Amino acid sequence: MSEPRNELDAAAAIARAIGRVARGFSVTFRQIFRKDATTQYPKEIRPLPPRAHLGRHLLNRHENGLEKCIGCELCAWACPADAIYVQGADNTAEQPVSAGERYAAIYQINYLRCIMCGFCVEACPTRALTLTDNYEMAFESREDAIYEKWQLLEPPLPLGTAPGTQEGK
Amino acid sequence: MPVERLPGVHTGQSAADVTAEVERGLLLSTVGKAVAWARKNSMWPATFGLACCAIEMMAAGAGDYDLSRWGMEIFRASPRQADLMIVAGRVSQKMGPVLRQIYDQMPEPKWVISMGVCASSGGMFNNYGLIQGVDTIVPVDIYVPGCPPRPEMLMYGILRLHEKVQREARVP
Repeated sequence: MSEPRNELDAAAAIARAIGRVARGFSVTFRQIFRKDATTQYPKEIRPLPPRAHLGRHLLNRHENGLEKCIGCELCAWACPADAIYVQGADNTAEQPVSAGERYAAIYQINYLRCIMCGFCVEACPTRALTLTDNYEMAFESREDAIYEKWQLLEPPLPLGTAPGTQEGK
Repeated sequence: MPVERLPGVHTGQSAADVTAEVERGLLLSTVGKAVAWARKNSMWPATFGLACCAIEMMAAGAGDYDLSRWGMEIFRASPRQADLMIVAGRVSQKMGPVLRQIYDQMPEPKWVISMGVCASSGGMFNNYGLIQGVDTIVPVDIYVPGCPPRPEMLMYGILRLHEKVQREARVP
């Protein structure tokens, strides 16, 4: 822009400059009235894809209450991260734990190693192990991250109800 | 065998500890709570993205999930201005000393979140190249599992850290 030669030119230049700034800021002001894009996480849960498997496992039971897991350790063999530990034992005729000959006496999944790839679910011959979409996990020590069999048998809580989500509500 | 988790076993509080706690007085405990409230609502993270977890960490910081709801949208490039280190990704043996140096440069009080299985335990990379768990070099407050964790998972870990900060409210 050339130098202003008199007061009239200077005033016109200032008016032009103000007009440009106002045009620029009008873009900013328009955003105030737009809808908020943020998902308010603990209050509202963004729906997951229907086949999402990104959370903890669930050990299933038959309808008569017997466990589906027969302690074959195929999930532990399939696991690329060595996150699963299974130790099988024989069922007794008086008090069977599972529907097969054997059952899992110890069943542990280390969630600080598990990568939720689902290879264990594919390997399971009895569909005993499935992945859920419950991703609300965080641990204060490494020991807490090892889920035992009784924890894996419990169905997961619905999302947004885990301890710790109360603060954001 | 199921782990026995008895209430109060791991808190490390004896009757004498509880009495001492009462003797510290009501005022100081209230101030401590206020300090903890201030700390947890403006916890600035240090930028420490190392791998794919950093993408999810950035997604959590962006407008769609928006970490600024808890006053932590500013990922500080200088560790001198950071309170929280989110170790997002696998830590290689060469990165270990760097990570420790950045942790040492952060001012007290400081916290560490180990995000993802690689940072927490090495995950599926059980080899000589990676440090098997970042807690071997820095003290970790919250472990977040997942490969990588969803932004919600990280935010859940942050909420749990807030709980921890509020619980450990103390005036030095």
